[in-house]
Amino acid sequence: MAMKPVTFTLNGLAKAAFTEDGQNLLDFLRRGVGDMAPKYGCGQGGCGACTVLLDGVPHLSCLTLAETVEGRRVDTASGLAGATISPLQEAFMDRFAAQCGYCTPGMLMAATALLAKNPRPNRDEVIEAISGNICRCTGYEPIIAAILDVAEGRVGA
Amino acid sequence: MTIHRGRGFACINYPIGMNLGGDPSQALVHSNPDGKFTVALSAIDLGQGMKSVCRQIAAETLGIPVEDVYVDTADSDTGPHDMGSFASRGTHRMGNAVIMAAKEARSVMLEAAAEELEVDPADLVTDGKGNIHVKGAPSRSITTMAASQAAQFRQGRTIAGRGIFLIPLSDVDPETGEMTPVTTFAHAAMLVTVEVCDETGEVTVTDMQSAYEVGRALNPKLVEQQLRGGAWMGMSHAAWETTEPHYPSRDHGAVDFNGYLMPGPGDLAPHHISILERPAADGPFGGKGPGEMCANPVLPAVVNAVFDAVGVRIDALPVTPEKVLRGLKSQGGAKPRQRL
Repeated sequence: MAMKPVTFTLNGLAKAAFTEDGQNLLDFLRRGVGDMAPKYGCGQGGCGACTVLLDGVPHLSCLTLAETVEGRRVDTASGLAGATISPLQEAFMDRFAAQCGYCTPGMLMAATALLAKNPRPNRDEVIEAISGNICRCTGYEPIIAAILDVAEGRVGA
Repeated sequence: MTIHRGRGFACINYPIGMNLGGDPSQALVHSNPDGKFTVALSAIDLGQGMKSVCRQIAAETLGIPVEDVYVDTADSDTGPHDMGSFASRGTHRMGNAVIMAAKEARSVMLEAAAEELEVDPADLVTDGKGNIHVKGAPSRSITTMAASQAAQFRQGRTIAGRGIFLIPLSDVDPETGEMTPVTTFAHAAMLVTVEVCDETGEVTVTDMQSAYEVGRALNPKLVEQQLRGGAWMGMSHAAWETTEPHYPSRDHGAVDFNGYLMPGPGDLAPHHISILERPAADGPFGGKGPGEMCANPVLPAVVNAVFDAVGVRIDALPVTPEKVLRGLKSQGGAKPRQRL
């Protein structure tokens, strides 16, 4: 199988790794690079657990060819926390927006993209932004509330 | 086309645990040389918060800060035996086992502290902040870390405890079928409001009101979140989810999330939750556990609400538009039970 080098930026750091022919970005990030934040849910773009940002735009990494990130910026939930967790992560904790936690990295990335584009979204815009992400445990309400907490300045700054 | 509103009610008595061979759960508790404690369990936290609750229970029983307790549920091959995380039994069964184990560990910890302080262990109390001192004399004090280190490195004691929850196996009476499979029940009542479209058959849950009696809410935020998420799952079971839409025919069965429908974040109904705390006599600090019952009452309540709205009695879940329309057709249109 042909291997192809891919150089890209992952969470602000330069990365280079080999990808196999036809390898998807999710597999490349988890197995090739070792970033386990994006999760494998359905493998067919139906659940959003694998959501990452490509140049700031949410993408389903299970449906993205790894070689297409050459020279681009990839952001995953691993990059959200610096010395401390980010305000969005803090809001997710405060609101109990995770139970089993499997959807959480995808939810965080969908919300991160929304807040970067629209720092003051209303409830309908939040719902629209996370409507591609399935959560089995929380009933969504705590997730919506957590994102609105950040949008409306109730957490972080 | 008319949108019909209806309200439906359901209530539930829900058994905590089940008597499979006495429904046993074991817990092991031991101290580490840094004065912190490990609780070993084989029951798994599925996200419902069992680790958090067992951590609180252990800390409260040991008399130490909750930060000083680590709950290890890593491996059921090497951990103490447990029937498992099901039947809403986590808080009640594992909680009781943790209390028993933590009590034994606490008594050894106090013996070790007593030997260091040259006092009687019966005179010692814990302050919940990592200190053990003589009752009424806080200055005659030793930290839990110093007591643990003394036990391990000088006295040759193991600060550890064993706990098990076990009830007598309940046999079934061959004549009457009578048995006592559970030791405690939790209770709930649920009222839902739905809107039913008599042209499309679509059912929309617009409001949920619930009251839950789950013993003492050992961690109120965890309880509330479990009830909130569980009610969403109940709503999903009531009106959306099915793997066999035309059972027993396997045709059109769902194979992915395009065919297996669930309500998304835009399909939520406001849910007002009341939690009634009536501590259970046999529960750990009075707790029972919300568990599976947080989903169950939603299903009959939705079915009853559809009946109230249009007079169609659905007897197979989920309440799909097709079933509602077939019901409406066979009875000659909507027959609301009441005017809201």
